[in-house]
Formats: sequence, structure tokens, C-alpha cells
Amino acid sequence: MKLKKILYALCIATSFTPGLFAAGGDDPLRTMLLMDKFELYGNEEHTRRWEGSFYIGYDLDKLYLYSDGEATSEGIQNAQNELVYSRAIAPFWDLQAGLVYDKTDTHSRSWGEVAVAGLAPYWFETRAALLFNSKGNVGLRLDAEYEMLFTQRLILTPSLEADLYTKDDPVMQLGSGLSSIEAGLRLRYEIRREFAPYIGVNWEKTFGKTRAYAPVDEVNAVVGVRFWF
Amino acid sequence: MQRRTFVKGVATAAAGAILSDIAVAAEPTAKHDGRSVLRGKEFHLTIDYTPVNFTGSQAVATTINGQIPGPTLVWQEGDTVTMHVTNKLKHSSSIHWHGIILPAPMDGVPGISYPSIAPGETFTYRFKVRQHGTYWYHSHSAFQEQTGMYGPIVILPKRKEPFRYDRDYVVMLSDWSDEKPEAIYRKLKRQSDYYNFNQRTVGDFMDEVKEKGLLEAWNARKMWNQMRMSDRDLSDVTAYTYTYLMNGHPPASQFKALFKKAEKIRMRFINGAAMTIFDLRIPGLKMTVVAADGNHVKPVTVDEIRIGVAETYDVIVEPAEERAYAIFAQSIERSGYALGSLTPSKTLLATAPAMDKPQPLTMIDMGMDMASMGKQESGGMKCGGSMKMNKKPKPYRWSMLENRHYPITPLPMKHGISWVMHAPNPKYRLDDPGVGLRNNGRRVLTYADLKNRYSTAGHPKPDREIILHLTGNMERYIWSINGIKYADAAPLEFRYGERLRITFINDTMMNHPMHLHGMWSDLETGDENRLVRKHTVIVQPGSKISYRVTVDAKGAWAYHCHLLYHMGGMFRKVVVV
Repeated sequence: MKLKKILYALCIATSFTPGLFAAGGDDPLRTMLLMDKFELYGNEEHTRRWEGSFYIGYDLDKLYLYSDGEATSEGIQNAQNELVYSRAIAPFWDLQAGLVYDKTDTHSRSWGEVAVAGLAPYWFETRAALLFNSKGNVGLRLDAEYEMLFTQRLILTPSLEADLYTKDDPVMQLGSGLSSIEAGLRLRYEIRREFAPYIGVNWEKTFGKTRAYAPVDEVNAVVGVRFWF
Repeated sequence: MQRRTFVKGVATAAAGAILSDIAVAAEPTAKHDGRSVLRGKEFHLTIDYTPVNFTGSQAVATTINGQIPGPTLVWQEGDTVTMHVTNKLKHSSSIHWHGIILPAPMDGVPGISYPSIAPGETFTYRFKVRQHGTYWYHSHSAFQEQTGMYGPIVILPKRKEPFRYDRDYVVMLSDWSDEKPEAIYRKLKRQSDYYNFNQRTVGDFMDEVKEKGLLEAWNARKMWNQMRMSDRDLSDVTAYTYTYLMNGHPPASQFKALFKKAEKIRMRFINGAAMTIFDLRIPGLKMTVVAADGNHVKPVTVDEIRIGVAETYDVIVEPAEERAYAIFAQSIERSGYALGSLTPSKTLLATAPAMDKPQPLTMIDMGMDMASMGKQESGGMKCGGSMKMNKKPKPYRWSMLENRHYPITPLPMKHGISWVMHAPNPKYRLDDPGVGLRNNGRRVLTYADLKNRYSTAGHPKPDREIILHLTGNMERYIWSINGIKYADAAPLEFRYGERLRITFINDTMMNHPMHLHGMWSDLETGDENRLVRKHTVIVQPGSKISYRVTVDAKGAWAYHCHLLYHMGGMFRKVVVV
């Protein structure tokens, strides 16, 4: 499998040599770190928020690391980290499988995960992840994002996230059913493709039992920077 | 080795046109000037690193004899030529003689013709020149072509050519980037529209809503959105990183071709770019095309020529006025241009005309059936608003090409990740000037205009046919043929002595200039007795095109899209058995 190759390459570091065609044809090993959200909330805690991904791999096979979380001056409040092997299965879709590590300020939880990620018709960047853990809880985490170009560099991105679970998990403050929804609207200016400061608003709300554990219903102004390399 | 460095302007306008000089205008002050013209039977070429400055910042190029383009090689038809090529790079290198009919081991493709030229080594090419006209040479290793390894070839004919001219200029177009080509390729792999700064905006959509109402505007976008295809996807790499060169001059320093009033000037246009298809014209002058890819065609007079990567066109122009004319080559996506002056005086320079507005791709470029669409939704096919179609589509001119049937040899195909779009109804579009040039008010050369100057009535009829789909996945930036990229493909087998018909179907939204090594591509342009002889053929998006190949060259050959960053995948090895 290519996974072996990727892991091997990961170990021997990632130096690119010229002479691609001689070395391995059209599909050189590559990496990409994308910090899609890297921002500060306009709330009292000055919440810091990040959401990003890193991959190493080839056209069809990649190893992905996702991370999404919030921190305040008191440290990390919550974070979801994923390590998945990603395999292209259709022109616009990847099938992913791996591990998830959730963290709150006090506790942590590991999950197994299967996900589908890709570009849906009408250009929606989407990801749907099915999670399962040893407590018998099953989760569904959905993400969608869209890009509207006002100019070639001024881009508005509406985004939507929803988390659902089959069981209550008081330790992790997750309730069964629809647990939380987050919607955002971010307007970025691409100084370069790789570097875009932005402003936006982010709305977050918890539902059901989750709301009882952690009542959240807030709208925050955000300022941040999107970058990749 | 006979070496003529630095031919300023032009030498003798000799009595016989064939004696006319190959001239390369030069400006001593600019660093990248001083290109030489090498003549004779034996040539010494050295591949090395050379510092250059095309953009205002210093960069390192890989060059041939320290020049960009490399020296113009002037050969004589019938001679046996010898080229000693020394590689002083740290990496292996190669030189391929583009469009030259020669023995397979002399073709210069690493891994197919020979191993390559290792660092420090000298490889000697030797072959008999069996053709004449305008060609070029370039590296076939890694992305070295992008960093400066290309140069013109002019082969003087044995017999007098059937047209006259007083001066003779080589005009080689290319694209330069200060970015390393490996970095460009990695960017495309990570974000395939990285260099496209002409994407659809909310404003474009609002304009369409104003023009034809929300519902119709939405419907016009529907298919593109569902298929996740962009109608602005004209070129992968643009002036965002490229500086376009004409004989090694950026527009700021301009290549200069001198003329005297009432002279006939032959211009040998060569597209030596890595990724840029150019639309070429000399505003104020008609161009009479006399040769395509080195081979004589029936003269045809036009205002504008689309020159695909690796194609060559010879034209004759007759400047009537004592003024500077712009030699203007805008990139297909209209992000920039190469510029030179055809001028009576080196101090008199032309100014560039305004670039055309880029036209979006249309349903035609998707290979839709326009005839049936005309009935269903007349608004849908406007698709972007700028493409005006007659209500009644023109009758289809190319049924005679459709109706030719030869035994088809099936080839392996793989639908899926590397084959996203299927042109539902690909048509021959030989008389379509192509996206960006349609209905522009100028007489644009199309392949339908190209007729062999000499009869091809005696050519054998095809024994069989193969169909090659040009395929890809723009989102993932994967290119392939029949859905299979080179790394996963078995070689194509051609049979020695056969006459093969090859039909391309372009299932992508991009123009692909396809180049077969070692054998001619005799293009069907409508006249069975005037098949036009080419080495590189543009296959328009959503279209179909056919040519015939007499398989008269033993050995292994390369067959590929000549866009450098498509080539790795959209490539086949051909084995003649």
C-alpha cells in the first residue's frame, strides 16, 4: 500500500528534488498545512480558535491530521484532533479512516472514525465523519463550507458545522441527539493565495442534553488569518 | 563549428529568397541578448546554469550555450548533422529535436530513447536531415524546459521554396517564471486554480441575473456547478507568475525585427512555452501562412493565429507603412502577452494593443450537442453571457470525417478519478477558432484553413483506428489518457508499416497540444487529398480531431500533451512492433 510509502517518506523527512519525471512521474510526494481558521473572538475570554489540517501524500493516498479547538488564557478549553488515512474513491471524494482524540480542559476521549470528505456539487467543501468509541457512543460530525468571490481576492466563506451523538457523555459534556451547531461567515482578503487576513462572525449553540452540560448560545465577532503552505 | 554570434537586424536581402539570412535582432545592453546562430554540420551545445534577470529580480536558468532561447541551429536538408551536447548541470538532462524525423535513439527522451545525459557527460547526436522548415529543440528532462532550455531549428530546403521573401526572422515565444517549476507544480497539485485570477465572481452572476433573470441565470450555471467545472479554467499557469518572452525579450525590452518598406518578411513563429498557448497577430498587417509545423501549406491570409505549445507557423508579411508594427502574442487566458516590434528603425518601437477580454468556456467546449440544445433552451447555451450564438446552429460541416469507418482497436480505459468529465457529444470543430477568438471580428486561422501544399492523394488509406480520450481531474490536478495516467499505462503498440488513424476526444475543459514523436501526424482538415502534415495538434476542449500516421519509424517513441505540467500524466510510450 501507499500508506507504507507515505509513512516511510514521513520518517525520512520531506525534501523535494528536481527531476520529478525521472524520480516518480507526475505524482510527487507533497505536504500541505492549511490553517483555515486562526482567530480571536471578540468575547470576554478572548477565545482563541483554530481549525486546520495537515497532509502528506500523493494524488490518491494521503495521511491527514485535523485539528479544531478553542483556547483561552486558562489553556485549551476543547479540541478535536484526528489522524486519518485518506484514499480517493471518486473524482471528488476521499474515504478516510483513523482515530480521533477529543480533549476538554479536564478530560479526554478517543474515538475510531470513518469519514467522507470532498467537493459536493455546487462547490460545497464538505466532510461527514462517523465516530464510535468504547463507551458505545456513536457520533456524526458534519462540516460544510462555501466560497463566494466578490473579487479575485475578496472572498466570503459561509460555513456550517453540526455534531450529533447517540448517547450522553457527561464527562465530555456531550448529549445525545443534536448536540451543537456552529455557523460562520468570514470575509477574507487574499494578499497572496497562501495568506489571507479576515474578519467575520461566528454563531455557536448547544442543544438538548449538551445544553444542560454546557449552555452555549453566542455570537462572536472574529478576526483572524487563513494561511497555508 | 561555424559560429555567427550576434547578427544585428538582418544581413543581405539576397536575390534568391532561400539565401536570405536567418536574423536574430539583438540589443547589446540587455543581459539575455547576444543569441547566436549556429550553422554547419557539427554543433557543440553546452547545458549549464546561467544567471538571468527577466523580471527585475535575479534568477538562475538552465540554458543551452548560455542563452535563452538557445542558439538558432541552421541545418541543411540532406546533410548529416552532429550535435555534441555536454551537460554541466547537477542533474541529468537531455535534448529532444522537436518534429524531426530521425532514428529512435537520437530522439532525446530519457527512459524511452536513451537513459539521458548524466551530469558531466557529453552525448553525441548524429542523424540525416530529411526535411526542411521551422522546428525547435528542448530539454525533455524534468521541468528544464520551463527554466530556459529551448531553441529554434531552421532547416534550409534542398529545393527552392514556392514563395519569396526578403528577410527571414525566427520569433520564438516562451514563458518565464522566477518560481521554480517544481514549486509551480506543487502549487497546482494543492490548489489547481492557484494562478487563475479571472474566476467567476458574485458580480458576474448578478450581471447575468440582470441580463436574463434569476431562473435562467441559475439554469445556465447549473451544469457547471453540478459538474464542479469552471468556465474560466483557460490556463493553469498565468502572468501571475509568468513573464512572456519573445526571442528571450520580456515586453519591456521588446524583440526588434527590422524591415525596409515594401519588403516581404518571413517570420518563423515557434511556441516554445511550457504552458502558454498564444494568440498571435501583428495589428495592421495581414499574415500569409505558408508553413505549419515546418511543412508547406497552401498560403492562407489571416489576421490572427492561435499557436499551441510546440507548434510552429511560418508567415509572410508585407509592411506597407514606414512605422513600427507590434508583434503581439497574448496568452489564451489574457493575463499577459509577449511583445516585439517589426520596425524600420531600432529606436522606433510599437506599443502593445489592448488585450482582448477573456471569453469564458461555453457548452460547446463541454462537448454538448448544440443542435438539440438549441431547441430546448436557447438561453442556456449563452452560458456566461458573452458567447452569442445564432438561434439556428450552423449545419455540421464535418460529417464526412464522422462517416469514415476503419477497424477500431479497443484500448484499456478507466473511468473514475482521473476521468471526470465525458464530452457527451464531441464534434469535429476544425473551423472553430476556439475559446477567446470566436466572433472577435478578425480573420483567425483555424485548422480548417490548413491544406497541404502538395497532394496527399497517393497516401495509403488507414488500416485501422485508435481512439484516445484526453482525460483528467482538474480539482486534483491529475491528467491522463483514456483515464489512465502514464505511470499506470501499458505502451501503445503501433505496427511497423501500417497507416493508423488516431482520433482524439477531449474530455477536459482545456486545450491540449498533442505531440507524437518520430512520425508525422497527417491531420484531416476536410480535404482527403490535402492532409496537412503536423507534429503537434491542438485538441480543443469537448472536441474531436483525427489524423493519420504512417508508422515508418521503428523503436520506442514518446506521445504526449506538450503542456509541461500535464505531460507527466497525459503521456504514452509508443512501441513500434
